[in-house]
Amino acid sequence: MNDVVIGTGEAVVFWVLGPISLAGALGMVLSRNAVHSALWLINTMLALGVFYVVQEAPFLGAVQIIVYTGAIMILFLFVLMLVGRDSSDSVVETLRGQRVAAIVLGLGFAGLVGAGIARATQDLPVAGLAAVQGAETSNIEAIAGLLYSRYLLAFEVTGALLITAAVGALVLTHVEREAGERRTQKELSRARFLTGRAQTLPGPGVYARANSVAAPGLLPDGRLAEDSFATGIEPQEVEQMPRPAGRAQLGSPDAALGTLDPAPSDVPGGREGGDHR
Amino acid sequence: MSLTNYLVLAAILFTIGAVGVLVRRNAIVVFMCIELMLNSVNLTLVTFARASGTIDGQIIALFVMVVAAAEVVIGLAIIMSIYRTRRSASVDDANLLKY
Amino acid sequence: MDTAPADGLITSAWLLIALPLAGAAVLLLGGRRTDRWGHLLGTGTVVAAFVLGLLCTLQLDGRRLDVELFTFMATGSLDVQAGLLFDPLSAVFVLLITGVGALIHVYSIGYMAHDPRRRRFFAYLNLFVAAMLLLVLGDNFVALYVGWEGVGLASYLLIAFWHERPSAATAAKKAFIMNRVGDVGLALAIFLMFAQLGTVAYDGVFGAVGTLAGGTVTAIGLLLLLGACGKSGQFPLQAWLPDAMEGPTPVSALIHAATMVTAGVYLIARCAPIYDETPTARAVVLAVGAITLMIGAIAGCAQDDIKKVLAYSTVSQIGYMFLAVGLGPVGYVAGLAHLLTHGFFKAGLFLGAGSVMHAMNDEVDMRRFGGLASRMKVTFVTFGLGYLALIGFPFLSGFYTKDAIIEAAFDRGDGWGYLLGGVAILAAGLTAFYMTRLMLMTFFGRPRWEPGVHPHESPSVMTAPMVLLAVGSVLAGFLLVVAFPLEAWLTPVFGEPEAAEHVVAPLVVSILVTVVMALGVLTAWLFVGRREVPVTAPVRVSAVTRAARRALYADAVNESLFMRPGQWLTRALVFVDNRGVDGAVNGLAATLGGSSSRLGRTQTGFVRSYALSMLGGAVVVAGALLAVTAG
Repeated sequence: MNDVVIGTGEAVVFWVLGPISLAGALGMVLSRNAVHSALWLINTMLALGVFYVVQEAPFLGAVQIIVYTGAIMILFLFVLMLVGRDSSDSVVETLRGQRVAAIVLGLGFAGLVGAGIARATQDLPVAGLAAVQGAETSNIEAIAGLLYSRYLLAFEVTGALLITAAVGALVLTHVEREAGERRTQKELSRARFLTGRAQTLPGPGVYARANSVAAPGLLPDGRLAEDSFATGIEPQEVEQMPRPAGRAQLGSPDAALGTLDPAPSDVPGGREGGDHR
Repeated sequence: MSLTNYLVLAAILFTIGAVGVLVRRNAIVVFMCIELMLNSVNLTLVTFARASGTIDGQIIALFVMVVAAAEVVIGLAIIMSIYRTRRSASVDDANLLKY
Repeated sequence: MDTAPADGLITSAWLLIALPLAGAAVLLLGGRRTDRWGHLLGTGTVVAAFVLGLLCTLQLDGRRLDVELFTFMATGSLDVQAGLLFDPLSAVFVLLITGVGALIHVYSIGYMAHDPRRRRFFAYLNLFVAAMLLLVLGDNFVALYVGWEGVGLASYLLIAFWHERPSAATAAKKAFIMNRVGDVGLALAIFLMFAQLGTVAYDGVFGAVGTLAGGTVTAIGLLLLLGACGKSGQFPLQAWLPDAMEGPTPVSALIHAATMVTAGVYLIARCAPIYDETPTARAVVLAVGAITLMIGAIAGCAQDDIKKVLAYSTVSQIGYMFLAVGLGPVGYVAGLAHLLTHGFFKAGLFLGAGSVMHAMNDEVDMRRFGGLASRMKVTFVTFGLGYLALIGFPFLSGFYTKDAIIEAAFDRGDGWGYLLGGVAILAAGLTAFYMTRLMLMTFFGRPRWEPGVHPHESPSVMTAPMVLLAVGSVLAGFLLVVAFPLEAWLTPVFGEPEAAEHVVAPLVVSILVTVVMALGVLTAWLFVGRREVPVTAPVRVSAVTRAARRALYADAVNESLFMRPGQWLTRALVFVDNRGVDGAVNGLAATLGGSSSRLGRTQTGFVRSYALSMLGGAVVVAGALLAVTAG
């Protein structure tokens, strides 16, 4: 087995892209905003794609950039947008000692594995892939030849796995809705006015008793929240909604959302929160 | 410069991903960290394929990518379902399964 | 003595047992629909058994007949054939059991007429008769044991017949438990026989008993004696018998006077070949008999409960029988004759006592009786004849049989013989004393009845058996000793009677006994008949009287020797069980439970904690790998 010498060009590429990929990884872990994390990760993945190309795996490099950086990371960002991208992580660690332990163990792991690999592979002969690909067989052809012969079964099983995953994602995210349940705007509007209360309900999580700008918000103890005073309008009480009297009536936070609804059962159209979610 | 550099880099990336899993609470970021760990493994596979002179390592890296794609699809769907019912994407909030 | 296969009517001797057993089964399984005629069926089976037994006895002709039935148990070397042995000895017992039993069944029709559970009572009585017949008819020790336990069960059920009374329930339990002590002895004796001889059949055991070591035979003899003491209420297991009077009076008459309690005498007589080999055990039988004789007689003198007096009298009279059979060949016939006559007069006395109680609204305290002679003439006369027979009035049955025992005791010739004879004569005097006291307190003197009591004679269905038994009491002794000597009848069982060499002339003994008896009667008249009987028992009495009232402290001794230590042992065991065994088990469970719930605390539900432990494990694995490869 002839030993391939790694050229200077590759070394330059490594020493340039290696720190970049490291920086991307660290940036992903350290940035508080999830979108920034995704961007840092894309950075690292691109660098890894280049490494694949340099290491005589151009097909994998292309797949890395197209599938990973292109498709998967876009999926991540998509979900991030759905979930709410503005929810920055709190810096406070809730699990005692978790962060310290994670860092100590991480350093230990990196040290042990790195040292072990370095020890084991420092004299590793590099055979290179010139024998299986290059002159007359391209990298894609070599992969295809192996994939459709020796790894055929694994390839087909992987296909089944992908189909299953796609169906699973559909099932998990599907929301069952009766046929004809979705009503027209006219019907919704009529139902809303039939309640005798034309305004829409306040959004989830808002403890407001009116949705007029003239009505200031209330603090949990019942005082007016000064921050909610609209500029230029005198704060005034408008149409008091029924208030939950105490904890027993309030029940769980989820139930409290329901009790704010004056007529939850007879006017289903009045609860449109589900559509907004 | 030898292939050891790639391998050590992969080990460090893997560790960063693992520590990220441990310290981040946003489920989506945790997922990204897992992707980073998978990618570092792929780098190791490609490197060893080159060292051994066979292309099987690349094939396995390809499989890892496919499985990772499937895993991401399912994982994100699960995160969506949890978020829909609990209004939270924090892994710490999904802690009902305990003593 | 060879055993011949049964022939003629005797082949159906199994019917003797089957008839009452079937009666019991029908009455117990038939339920309330047999209420109306149950007592008649119960009586009928026993009467039929008596007739059958009489016919079989007439056919017997001094032979020893074996009725093979079926294989009862055949496991390994234990081969128990269910068979019946019909010989003169068992014939005598069959006649006693079915004869007295039939009379008492008839009596019970009247006595239990107003009891809502009369049918059940007759079922139990039938069960008892069947078990007792199995006891005396079995041709092996296992059959005897089955019958032995059967009569124990019937006795328990009948003592506790009025189980709504706590005293009856307690008395039944006491009887059952004390019997159990004896039964263990009997069972051990049977085990020992089987272990040593490989057989439990009478023929096999008696034929081979001479080959055994002396110690083994003595052990068997003593264990059998323990069983006999338990069943017959002999010292040291005598305390249950007086308490057993809590049962209905016919039960006391049949089971606790005439038949069951004599099973011990039957056992020792039946096992004569064993006791022939072991003078030690025989001497212990003698001692037990003599001690019980005195205990019963002394305790009987101070009781106020009419049935208890009779019960202690029974204890004492069975002591006579034990004394007789303990004397060896010379005493067997005397003991058995006394057993038979005692069966008659004691059953008659109990029936008379039942009649008195019937008239006095179930009052048993003799201090509340008095002056009943004129009100209950039949009862008075029959009871009086039984009384005379018991105290040994000349030419009544007790006179013949008791004198024979006392003569046999003197015939030993040595100092022990004189001692035993003296004890027996003294006890005869005491018997005369306490029975006269009973008679005087019950039938003579001024009435001391509770207000509202109107004594009346019992119905004829009750008095007829009393009359028959009274006739038996008068004539039995003469018939058995003089007219048709039991000695000759039993010769096939016990061998030719030796030509008796009387140390003391029989006439002298008879005169002596009669004089002592007369002294006892006189003393009783001086103490009781002459004076007014106080309605409540005097408190300031001598130590002897106090001891006699408490039956020579038998209960106290049992309590302090067995009950208290038993309770302590039980409590200690319960403590060990609760604290030690349970403590260990519960402690282990609590430790495991606590540690696992503490361990469960690590399952916080935070997936990041789990991931942290996974990374820790990965670090350890990596470190180990590196250490191995580097080393």
